[in-house]
Amino acid sequence: MNEVVSTAAPQSWYLVLSTLLFSIGVVGVLLRRNAIIILMCIEIMLNSVNLLMVSFSAYAGNTDGQVFVFFTMVVAAAEVAVGLALLVSIYRNLGSTDIDVLSKLKG
Amino acid sequence: MTSEIIFYFLAAVSVITALMVVFSKNPIYSVMWLIACFFSIAGHYVMLNAQFLAIVHIIVYAGAIMVLMLFTVMLLNLNRESEPHKSLLTKGIATVTGGMLFLVLLAAMRSTQLGAYASPEASDAGFVQKVGMVLFTDYLLPFEMTSVLFISAMIGAVVLAKKEKH
Repeated sequence: MNEVVSTAAPQSWYLVLSTLLFSIGVVGVLLRRNAIIILMCIEIMLNSVNLLMVSFSAYAGNTDGQVFVFFTMVVAAAEVAVGLALLVSIYRNLGSTDIDVLSKLKG
Repeated sequence: MTSEIIFYFLAAVSVITALMVVFSKNPIYSVMWLIACFFSIAGHYVMLNAQFLAIVHIIVYAGAIMVLMLFTVMLLNLNRESEPHKSLLTKGIATVTGGMLFLVLLAAMRSTQLGAYASPEASDAGFVQKVGMVLFTDYLLPFEMTSVLFISAMIGAVVLAKKEKH
């Protein structure tokens, strides 16, 4: 792997790609009303940030960034477990996962 | 040259699948597109010479998170296209906001100090040995704390999803 002649993509492309993925995630959160799809869009955003961090880590030759990505994955897994449990109990109480129905905290 | 083509291909796959996640009517299809998106991101990790993270990414996302998502979609019987749509105005505003966020972030990243290496192949930062050494020396305490996070998430999920007795 190390003796491969360097023809890799420049790092700025990864910056553009992860920015684009993050923006797609934001649009998804704003656009959709189904809570489970909003959770998926949050996953896309987390992954775009992970990709950016790995690219910086790889191009700077510093391992710390990849350890942080590892921790981000850990937190994402915990977040999805709790988020889906919340979603199940919301569905049980309201019969829907539409976020516009969830206006009880508005006061 | 080859890796540039692979990058273009993987980038196109990631962006298109991410867009399909957002614009699919049926939540099941969204989950499937999300799996494809995660696999393409794992491909990016391989291209960045981060083998450990690529494998962990596939195991955690495709193996655990996606199964959980699919389970929930099927359990809640959401696999129908009955989602009421937001008004055209809201959709337009959401899309314009996302596009403007993209432009602002790009403008902010123009002054980024990029990494020192010309290519990720020159660094061994992503090798399992390196990651393991850093994880179990410098980041040992956070690593142990993740077990506490996981057990609290586990207990929280069980408590939240349990049926309440009336």
